[in-house]
Amino acid sequence: MLKAKVNGVERELADGATVDAVLALLGAPASGVAVAVDGEVVPRAAWGTTAVPEGAVVEVLTAVQGG
Amino acid sequence: MDDPLVIAGREFGSRLVMGTGGAANLAVLERALVASGTELTTVAMRRLDAGGGGVLELLSRLGIEALPNTAGCRTAAEAVLTARLAREALGTDWVKLEVHADDRTLLPDPVELLDAAERLVDDGFTVLPYTNDDPVLAWRLEQLGCAAVMPLGSPIGTGLGIRNPHNIELIVARASVPVVLDAGVGTASDAALAMELGCSAVLLATAVTRAQDPERMAAAMRAGVEAGRLARSAGRIPKRFWAHASSPAVG
Repeated sequence: MLKAKVNGVERELADGATVDAVLALLGAPASGVAVAVDGEVVPRAAWGTTAVPEGAVVEVLTAVQGG
Repeated sequence: MDDPLVIAGREFGSRLVMGTGGAANLAVLERALVASGTELTTVAMRRLDAGGGGVLELLSRLGIEALPNTAGCRTAAEAVLTARLAREALGTDWVKLEVHADDRTLLPDPVELLDAAERLVDDGFTVLPYTNDDPVLAWRLEQLGCAAVMPLGSPIGTGLGIRNPHNIELIVARASVPVVLDAGVGTASDAALAMELGCSAVLLATAVTRAQDPERMAAAMRAGVEAGRLARSAGRIPKRFWAHASSPAVG
């Protein structure tokens, strides 16, 4: 297991967990979502192949009412 | 399309850009957006589990373009990351760039704003910066390659209207990109004044979404923007100190 902070919450993830796995954990919708790992945007095409490193800070954002 | 608003080569039939913040619920927001006639509307980027979702589906259903903002960002670095996330999430390289100096005034931080604008333009974004009503800063943003400049009339959500109309006129006089009056509009006459001063469009949210009747106020803002645009192009009379009779003096 590895630990990562996902949207401000400590989570335990399986070793080698990808960004896709984190999105599944959050129940993220198929569109309208973006992910940053340690301050860098991970493009959608790389979600299935990008592993989340130990201690990573993962932010999953979507559009909400505002402005 | 008659007299369209053109930003970065794209045409919009409405000169009223709306925000989606502050509406009591999505049903109220929908009625207000439809009444406003807007074709371009801002959304904010927040954590997935923070609530407030459903707005993208609403805009998509209404055929309104979503314009992501970077509201809440305090530094250029935060704003650049938020814009990149928005590009990834929404598939648009347009961004309403906001870098706020503090929570009480929500005024743009000019140093961070210029820095963020330069980085985002370099990164291929179509940048629409929310800026102070400072003609020099607006000019600098245009020189950096911003697709429009969006000066405030007064601080966000205050409804204080346009506090320095002359500054807005100065910005308009020198700009070769569209000037969008952004923030501070309280009622329809403020929106009309912005257009009379020569702005190309008005961006507002709170004045509509927090009005007692958002749908009715949205219709008022639409009419205000259209009236101001017409008046600007009609060529108003000069202001005079003394009366000038409108009825014949003889006969």
